[in-house]
Amino acid sequence: MNYNWNWSVFLTPVPSGETTYLGWLFTGLQWTVALSLSAWVIALVVGSIVGVLRTVPNRWLSSFAAVYVECFRNVPLLVQLFSWYFVLPELLPPALGNAYKQSDPLLQQFLAAMLCLGLFTAARVAEQVRAGIESLPRGQKNAGLAMGFTLAQVYRHVLLPMAFRIIVPPLTSEFLNIFKNSAVATTIGLIELSRQAQQLVDYTAQPYEAFIAVTLLYVCINVTVMFLMRRLEEKVRVPGFIGGK
Amino acid sequence: MYEFDWSSIPGALPLLGKGLLVTLEVTLTAIVVGIGWGTLLAVARLSSNRLLSFLAAGYVNLFRSVPLVMVILWFYLIVPQALKGLFGQDIGDIRLVSALVAFALFEAAYYSEIIRAGIQSVPKGQVAAGLALGLTPGQTMRLVVLPQAFRNMIPLLLTQAIILFQDTSLVYVIGLSDFFGTAYKVGDRDGRLVELLLFAGAAYFVICFTVSRLVKHLQARFIK
Repeated sequence: MNYNWNWSVFLTPVPSGETTYLGWLFTGLQWTVALSLSAWVIALVVGSIVGVLRTVPNRWLSSFAAVYVECFRNVPLLVQLFSWYFVLPELLPPALGNAYKQSDPLLQQFLAAMLCLGLFTAARVAEQVRAGIESLPRGQKNAGLAMGFTLAQVYRHVLLPMAFRIIVPPLTSEFLNIFKNSAVATTIGLIELSRQAQQLVDYTAQPYEAFIAVTLLYVCINVTVMFLMRRLEEKVRVPGFIGGK
Repeated sequence: MYEFDWSSIPGALPLLGKGLLVTLEVTLTAIVVGIGWGTLLAVARLSSNRLLSFLAAGYVNLFRSVPLVMVILWFYLIVPQALKGLFGQDIGDIRLVSALVAFALFEAAYYSEIIRAGIQSVPKGQVAAGLALGLTPGQTMRLVVLPQAFRNMIPLLLTQAIILFQDTSLVYVIGLSDFFGTAYKVGDRDGRLVELLLFAGAAYFVICFTVSRLVKHLQARFIK
């Protein structure tokens, strides 16, 4: 096979001359990271709320949370993304929908992808939060109530501080997933990392270098996140539990 | 307010059915090959041969740290080019084949982690007992450990299959007309994207929800 390897392709300027192909890769990396982190914030906030709601003794609230989780878990991410991007603007009140459709395309793509990834991951986070709360002995809640705490106070001061420490390891893998799932945003045209790989193939005719570089960047993201989360896991580990001090 | 018009769906049902067949073909191939290859990877990873276990760990970790979209593109844009360079032949429409290969190899990494956990959940005494009865290590693995491991893993393997079924919609990136791809194309053609997307979402929901309920029932029976 006679393929001309040319790693210096990354240093050549792009057609518009503003930057090099390496610059493109880093722009893609920035979008991937920005998208994943902002979606993660949504996922944590919404996921915690829904997870708590699933465990409260109110049937309406807990079945609402169950429906949320089932809906977001049983529809493919891609279908959800297209729904946010193509369907939602049509169903909004016309004034709002049109304002959205006339905004910057990049903003539209980013918002749709962020909401989609955030709410999709929230369903998974919610399941972990629920599992964390349910793994605590019932006595904890009863003791809190017996001490005269309100239910909200029991959650705030007794259950959640423990539950969150227990579920850090499974949350790590959800956090890794969000970076990988962010590649789906390529389908609505957001120029994130995996899109840059395809773009580089079109522009440079050096497909191997482009794909190897992007794959390595994903591996780097993975390794970095794992390293940071390990540090966090060590810090918050609960003594007396398996894997504790 | 948006006016719904569902009239383009009944006529598109045969096409959508064809798409569903492609989805099922990719899903089933990935399940069968993924579990087969995943079992080999899991056994290799747990073997006492350092090189073998290192290679298996590398394979699994690499595939698990790269997005599925990238893997599908690798096997569509890059690998066929390399093969063409090697064999010097022109290849026709490779979308289905590359999707099948990409999903099978990708899922094997995930299945192998489930299977590894399953094997590790079998008590050590079982291996010792097998060896004491005069079975070779290979026989012990095949006849004693794996049957028990698989029984424990069935719910997890099925849950992974549901995730896989949903993930096959990503073949959209290489333009393969699976169930979702067909729904998108029909919607685009008729200018009824909203209805078709909602229909596709509902169909996926019904299928996945039903199967996951069945898995739960199964789990309850197996744990008993």
